Amino acid sequence: MAVHLLAEALEPWETLIRHQQSLAAGCFGATAVFVGTMRDFNEGDDIQAMTLEHYPGMTERQLETIGQEARRQWPLEDVLIAHRVGRIHPGDPIVLVAAWSAHRQAAFEACRFIMEALKSRAPFWKQERLQSGQQRWVSGNTPGM
Amino acid sequence: MTITVLYFASLREFAGRPREDMDAEGIRCALDVWRRAQEGRPLPPGTLIAVNQEYAAADHPVREGDEVAFFPPVTGG
Repeated sequence: MAVHLLAEALEPWETLIRHQQSLAAGCFGATAVFVGTMRDFNEGDDIQAMTLEHYPGMTERQLETIGQEARRQWPLEDVLIAHRVGRIHPGDPIVLVAAWSAHRQAAFEACRFIMEALKSRAPFWKQERLQSGQQRWVSGNTPGM
Repeated sequence: MTITVLYFASLREFAGRPREDMDAEGIRCALDVWRRAQEGRPLPPGTLIAVNQEYAAADHPVREGDEVAFFPPVTGG
């Protein structure tokens, strides 16, 4: 299992390929992937940029815990979680979650579980900068289920 | 020995500082930490608490050497 917090650009597809190449060929039959990308709109406003704050130490521990919970719940070959911190702009990838398993059900369900758990439990906070220059904290998540 | 108090995101702005050290004398739980640090200002609704980097309830025991954090609902992903 790998957890990455990145202050620099997240390249989800390269990260995914690199990680998958580290797994034994033939050990998995399914890869489920979620990539979250920053929008240029939110709650009716145009967004110029966003800053992602986190709690160093606790954030990594929460992501590790969520990954371990998924591994206990489903027969997974591996799990990868990568998340941006710092300043990002529309179009920038924010989060990558991937789950590998022998069959698709475990990979699909685990990927979904990890993403929803991350949204509700991992200590990250988004502050948006609007086109007007105004800054505001994002107050909650849109429902995922 | 002291207690380390941390604030994140909008709670950091509310508190007016990112962290502080507090004398552990007379502190029993996480809510005591907030009350002393914020001089009685009520905990904003929805505030989350972590003690030693694990989620905790307001009445979670706190001892010297602990790290207590206050922050708003999380919005990652």
